[in-house]
Amino acid sequence: MKITMYVNGSEHARDVEPRMLLIHFIRDELGLTGSHWGCDTSNCGACVMWLDEVPVKSCTVLAVMADGRRVTTVEGLARGTRLDPVQQGFTACHGLQCGFCTPGMMMTARWLLDHNPAPTETDVREAISGQVCRCTGYQNIVKSVLWAAAHEGDA
Amino acid sequence: MSEAYGPRPRKEDARLIRGQGKFIDDISLPGMLHAAILRSPLAHARIIDIDTTAALAHPKVTTVLTGEDLAARGLAWMPTLSGDVQAVLATDKARFQGQELAFVVAADKYAARDALELISVDAEPLTPVMDVSVATSGDAPLVRDEEGFAGSGNRIFDWSAGDEAATEAAFARADVVVTADMTYPRIHPAPLETCGAVADYDPVEGRLTMWVTTQAPHAHRTLYAMLTGLPEHKIRVISPDLGGGFGGKVPVYPGYLCAIVASMTTGRPVKWVEDRSENLMSTAFARDFHMHGEIAATSDGRITGLRARILADHGAFNAVAQPTKYPGGFFHIFTSSYDIPAAYCSITAVYTNKAPGGVAYSCSIRVAEAVYLVERLVDMLAGRLDMDPAELRSRNLIRPEQFPYTSATGWEYDSGDYPRALALALSLSDYEGLRREQAEKRARGEYMGIGISLFTEAVGAGPRKHMDIVGLGMADGADLRVHPTGTAVLGVSVQTQGQGHETTFAQLVAHELGLDPDDVEVVHGDTDRTPFGLGTYGSRSTPVSGAAAVVAARRVRERARIIAALMLEVAEADLEWLDGAWRVRGDYAAGAGIVEIARAAHSSLDLPDGVDGHLDASAVYNPPNLTFPFGAYVCVTDVDPATGSVVVRRFIAVDDCGVRINPMIVEGQIHRGLADGVGIALMQAITFDAAGNCLSGSFMDYLLPTALEVPSLELGATVTPSPHHPVGAKGIGESATVGSPAAVVNSVMDALAPFGVVHADMPLTPAVVWGAISRGLGPGRRLGRRDLRRRSGDALARDQGRGEDPALGVALAVADLSEQQVDGGGGDRVEVGADRGQWRDEVRGLGDVVEANHADVVGHSPAALVQGAQDAERQVVVGREDRGDLGHPGEDLAGAVARGGVPVRRHHRRDLRARLG
Amino acid sequence: MQVPAQVEYEKASSVSHALSLLARYGPEARILAGGHSLIPMMKLRLAQPEVLVDVNGLADLRFIRVAGGELRIGTLTTHAQLLDSALAAGHFAILRDAERVIADPIVREWGTVGGSLCQADPSEDLSAAFAALKGTMIIAGPGGKREVSAREFHTGPYETVVGPVEMLTEVRLPVKAGAGTAYVKVSRRAGDWPVGAAGAALWLDRAGVITDAGIGLTALGAQHFVAAEAEDYLRGRRPGPEAFAEAGAIAAANCRPAADQRGPEDYKRHLAGELTRRALAVAARRAGWGEGTGLGERTP
Ligand SMILES: Cc1cc2nc3c(=O)[nH]c(=O)nc-3n(C[C@H](O)[C@H](O)[C@H](O)COP(=O)(O)OP(=O)(O)OC[C@H]3O[C@@H](n4cnc5c(N)ncnc54)[C@H](O)[C@@H]3O)c2cc1C
Ligand code: FES
Ligand code: FES
Repeated sequence: MKITMYVNGSEHARDVEPRMLLIHFIRDELGLTGSHWGCDTSNCGACVMWLDEVPVKSCTVLAVMADGRRVTTVEGLARGTRLDPVQQGFTACHGLQCGFCTPGMMMTARWLLDHNPAPTETDVREAISGQVCRCTGYQNIVKSVLWAAAHEGDA
Repeated sequence: MSEAYGPRPRKEDARLIRGQGKFIDDISLPGMLHAAILRSPLAHARIIDIDTTAALAHPKVTTVLTGEDLAARGLAWMPTLSGDVQAVLATDKARFQGQELAFVVAADKYAARDALELISVDAEPLTPVMDVSVATSGDAPLVRDEEGFAGSGNRIFDWSAGDEAATEAAFARADVVVTADMTYPRIHPAPLETCGAVADYDPVEGRLTMWVTTQAPHAHRTLYAMLTGLPEHKIRVISPDLGGGFGGKVPVYPGYLCAIVASMTTGRPVKWVEDRSENLMSTAFARDFHMHGEIAATSDGRITGLRARILADHGAFNAVAQPTKYPGGFFHIFTSSYDIPAAYCSITAVYTNKAPGGVAYSCSIRVAEAVYLVERLVDMLAGRLDMDPAELRSRNLIRPEQFPYTSATGWEYDSGDYPRALALALSLSDYEGLRREQAEKRARGEYMGIGISLFTEAVGAGPRKHMDIVGLGMADGADLRVHPTGTAVLGVSVQTQGQGHETTFAQLVAHELGLDPDDVEVVHGDTDRTPFGLGTYGSRSTPVSGAAAVVAARRVRERARIIAALMLEVAEADLEWLDGAWRVRGDYAAGAGIVEIARAAHSSLDLPDGVDGHLDASAVYNPPNLTFPFGAYVCVTDVDPATGSVVVRRFIAVDDCGVRINPMIVEGQIHRGLADGVGIALMQAITFDAAGNCLSGSFMDYLLPTALEVPSLELGATVTPSPHHPVGAKGIGESATVGSPAAVVNSVMDALAPFGVVHADMPLTPAVVWGAISRGLGPGRRLGRRDLRRRSGDALARDQGRGEDPALGVALAVADLSEQQVDGGGGDRVEVGADRGQWRDEVRGLGDVVEANHADVVGHSPAALVQGAQDAERQVVVGREDRGDLGHPGEDLAGAVARGGVPVRRHHRRDLRARLG
Repeated sequence: MQVPAQVEYEKASSVSHALSLLARYGPEARILAGGHSLIPMMKLRLAQPEVLVDVNGLADLRFIRVAGGELRIGTLTTHAQLLDSALAAGHFAILRDAERVIADPIVREWGTVGGSLCQADPSEDLSAAFAALKGTMIIAGPGGKREVSAREFHTGPYETVVGPVEMLTEVRLPVKAGAGTAYVKVSRRAGDWPVGAAGAALWLDRAGVITDAGIGLTALGAQHFVAAEAEDYLRGRRPGPEAFAEAGAIAAANCRPAADQRGPEDYKRHLAGELTRRALAVAARRAGWGEGTGLGERTP
């Protein structure tokens, strides 16, 4: 099936099997390997990216369902060379260790801050509760997101 | 100069936050094929035929490998990390659900998966061995029936440590003995990235490049050479960015070898990446220790002896990752943080029809089990003595002046100050305040728990003479090259899985050489570019490889001194290393730093004979001993008794890992382990049904904690340097995973104490907690001896909310006593008037074996007692004649009870027979 | 990662188009809504439909509104939309209670109310909530629309009355005065399916007597997700701890939970009682029962 997607601002057209999962389209067809996968059952959130402006577990959506829509992945988070405050926060607060969950966590964090610019710790924990991190115990992820909230306006 | 140490953002972050990391599934090579593995749906089955015709006919399938194909190359079996062999692709039998049967290679991964459904397997189901306690019973089917295993009867080894006789003597003298059976369940490290490999064999050069998720690339290279017969210098192992490892990425898995063979047969690169269910069902389980523990003490709370008998479930192949000399791992460090004069443990390992593995999931192998056992026993002892668990612990801790301390089982601890760590944890948590709060809440019918645990880890293996992996001694190399412009590249044998080696190791070298850590590049994970070494696990990177890096850096520094002397035209003896430069004594301004010295070392400066140019050095570090990090944790939980739900409200952790090179990274490691503790204690477990089906094969059922289960973590630190490590560092990667589960369980048990609950096995899911409460005695009804005096069986039953059945009442009372009120022989005798005012001697319990004698059951037949205990959901009841004072022949009661048809755990039955004589 | 077997894909542009596609492709065609139950099942190859009929384009099936004395929820309404709806929560706090604990925030953005009900997993939280509320399902078929009581919607695990050439379009919940509702769930971890859960709806008259009661049980082996005997017991009584405890005991006695990894049967049965009791207590409070007046604090 022929589909067209707007990924991180560029248009991509491909002919794919209808069964292809969005995560595989992004990783294998487009070579954007920043988004990961970590489970078979939609539980881990390593694959979270945005479909239009909403985060989705991209292992649970078919690529054909995203036909004609916008997709944003971790590769599209920075504006040019300027890192998103969320990315800065993750580095500043040691919000990542192996870095495998990080892209998904950051996409959710960006979405949270877009809707709730001054989240509480509980808001952050709730927002990322569908995503697993095996390295950080979440402590510094939460800290990173709060850091980003506090530094949102910084030039 | 020491600003090199300290918190600083990590070098590896730059790529990872941009999505530019390179993990195994990100590797894509031209012409690469994709593989999938067909796995056995049955836990135990004789394979009759595997028909791959239809799969091979699939237009996108390139090849299908079966065990037969591998056998033709002598590769159907591979050695494990424990001297056993493991089937790569099964030829004779499937021995666990999920075992590898065939390897399909296709043009893309969707097609490879489709083709799995086209393979038909004809197999005859066999009865699986799933219960470790009956595996060696003689009538259990044999998991391993191939040649060479005759007579093993599913037994892998018996191993023991400590002084059995001295320990027996200590128990005989003890005022108080507490015994308990507890299981450390089978769990899985479940790194977020699963395992995988890309094998690329170049037939022209005869060269294999292997990208593989390994924590130990060099050990893998040697193993691949041994297995495939390819010369080792023609093999390059590259471990890319790893999405976590936690021990799970130490072993060589069948899929890796199949990928190599497939690449050799197809002449194309082959990628295999396991999915999550394959990961959970076939690779790298941990723990699965079934423990019977006993602790002996004086009545004033001095621990005098510790004893443990372990049944270890090793699954279908003995593939435990541990040094050859220590088949039981480091379990015998089980006296842990306490000064216990006598200790003895014995371990029997058995085969079952479960996945092989037995990796050290974020612990030095089996230390987690050891810490859990002793910390639970100490808590139970505190309950038994009616003593505050913090107080009991402080009375028994190894004191600072006892270091270096030799434990009863022969470990030499390098350094420690345990009382300080405990005191800090108690004050950070406001322990007194918590106890007050708890008392107030209990009065209101709210149940909060406060759990303490201490731990001592043993990390940083070797020394090589004691520690190895498949014969490779545990020592690690470091290569340090200082460029003419004074920047440096360090090559190390260890492999980060998120621990930030690229940063910490740069800091180590920078600190030694007075460089900026940004000017030191760390290379790892590529065997062609790094020196040999055993890799990252058992928290050994900083203790071993970090030490190698420091030794290499110091060698550079010494060479630099010679050159600096020439440059400055002074004698070497007149130079001292100060603030990152060689300076002339007494003239601080005159000196040379590494940058200038490096330029000189590469210049035409005339060097004396015997002094090479350049500033490169390498080192191999063979640690003189392990290092022993330690800590004290306090966990606060709230339990809803009506639903069994547990909330971890606070977690306070004081860790001492010696000198902290990058405290930010150290704290991150601790956070991780504390979250692990919450997960292991409350939800993580790999379970099976009786038919051998794995019930935890996905993240829907193998539950990992989320941000909502892990509380905001409160850390404290003490620093007791290791005396033998070059910078005094100890290793921190695993401390918290080792120490934290016991704190959580102790906390929940503390919350449940008013219900008479003494112990429940992990994971403490709502169902388990509720079950423990409902089998307990009801709020405030913890049985004490006084309660039991002169009470009739029916009164006991009523007391315990179990109706009026006197037999049940007696059984419950006896069962309860055997767990929490057991006294040692000799000393203080507990007298229990169980029925109609009859008195009897309480007998020493055998854990969940409920012992009862005739005096318990006057008016009740043994069968009634059996029934009572069964109704009470106690596992076992065994009648035992009371040393003749009732004048009944011993066989009578034992025989009657045996006829009662109660399942007696095998090892207990054996003990019992011995005791019944 | 596990991947689905081959499948065809069609996008529906209207309900009638969706129905004609279902008719054309026959029984192996499946409606694809959020896909958050169906696609995981397809990945595990527990479901292998031949054709997917994607209805996500039918924007007119995404609504929450009050009309005809009913709260009406379109089948494509996502969990997140229902959770965020002040209108829905204003009438039935149970919906917010339940949605807060269904899956996780990301899944809730995509999973739909209709998909949830049609999946008919015995652990699906909304089925019990709608059963407690005595809702009505609107099903569109070739011959037009039909109405089915929420309590007759499910015919067994993973089975509903929706025929092969039909689709659910809407759920309607009757709005009556004096209502208080609540949902309580026990799970092993955030985002996990329930070990057990109970939803309660109570309608009180001005005298504070229970005129009607609805009790839904999730994952506890209650027929049609309903604790009918406990409802009967409550009708005509006054709210109170004893009545709720008794209703809980009746609910526990009449359900047939199955043991699984989430817990043994006796525990689940206990939960049926305990959670019913708790849900009723909260529902009653929200209906205005409580200290003093007995009536007052009522959900708007
Ligand atoms: C990680 C995870 C955790 C979850 N946890 C929970 C939980 O705790 N509690 C809970 O209740 N749910 C839970 N869910 C399930 C979630 O609520 C459902 O996935 C979702 O609501 C189903 O809706 P959907 O739109 O995704 O349905 P789909 O997956 O698109 O469809 C599900 C089924 O319904 C059919 N269908 C869909 N719409 C219609 C229609 N209009 N007419 C006829 N048939 C239709 C489909 O053909 C399919 O058979 C969880 C899901 C995930 C992935
Ligand atoms: S891969 Fe785990 S949720 Fe998508
Ligand atoms: S940083 Fe490793 S999984 Fe989160």
